Amino acid sequence: MSDVFANAQPLHGLIGGVMIGLAAALMLLGAGRIAGVSGIMARATALADSDMSCSSAWMFLLGLPIGAFAVAAITGLREAEFASWPILVVAGLLVGIGTRMGSGCTSGHGVCGVSRLSQRSMIATATFMAAGIATVVVTNHLGGLS
Amino acid sequence: MSAARRFLPPLLSGALFGGGLSIGGMTDPKRVRGFLDLFGAWDPTLTFVMGGAVIVMAIAWRLQARMARPLFGERFALPGRTDFDGKLIAGSALFGIGWGIAGLCPGPAVASLALAPTTVFPFVAAMLAGMAAHRLIPERRRALATQGS
Repeated sequence: MSDVFANAQPLHGLIGGVMIGLAAALMLLGAGRIAGVSGIMARATALADSDMSCSSAWMFLLGLPIGAFAVAAITGLREAEFASWPILVVAGLLVGIGTRMGSGCTSGHGVCGVSRLSQRSMIATATFMAAGIATVVVTNHLGGLS
Repeated sequence: MSAARRFLPPLLSGALFGGGLSIGGMTDPKRVRGFLDLFGAWDPTLTFVMGGAVIVMAIAWRLQARMARPLFGERFALPGRTDFDGKLIAGSALFGIGWGIAGLCPGPAVASLALAPTTVFPFVAAMLAGMAAHRLIPERRRALATQGS
């Protein structure tokens, strides 16, 4: 059994997930808004109209790297490996267009919408999961991306 | 409303969110692609991230249903659409492809600016460019439609 899921960190995952849930709950119950990162990014850069104030959107976005930095400082977590910049640019464009066209990403649809049992969000989540799985299968078959 | 009451909840929410993404492995593209590698060397870690977040938020939605207004705001402003269209599917599919290629989605990309600012910047810049492109295209179509009429 030890070879199966050798790299999995279920406890880290659960702790991280509960923190994300609490963060989204604070946004919902505290500010009355959905913690959807793509929507908040579009709001902060004036690429979308929303009820959230521009300053609140920037505060949330500013918090993301602050939290990640704090965790790295406490746990000694180091910088991960990322793909080369041309691949990041192509992927970023797809993520930017796709999340606006589909009205949300992993946080807004995947966490906030699915937990609300929103059918739109469940369809969106099933779709981006399936597309992500298919993409990894194809790119791994082609020898991986670097 | 005082500045602290307005700014602290979104800042704390963002920091807790970014910390959770980091601990859970969402900011590690290898782990994300391992999670999406369902038919290969599948890494189930992110199942626990999604599960933990969804369970906490399911409780939050129950509390929200009993509240007349949010704790630090005047009213709830929540999405209410229930229709399905091609844009929901096509947009989510494009997003999923980008997510699978780079192993990054919007939250972890912004959070990663803390540890790898120069490496992740091209992704974040391209993401904003993509959002801007999406905003421009329908406006152009609308402009063309009004010209035609």
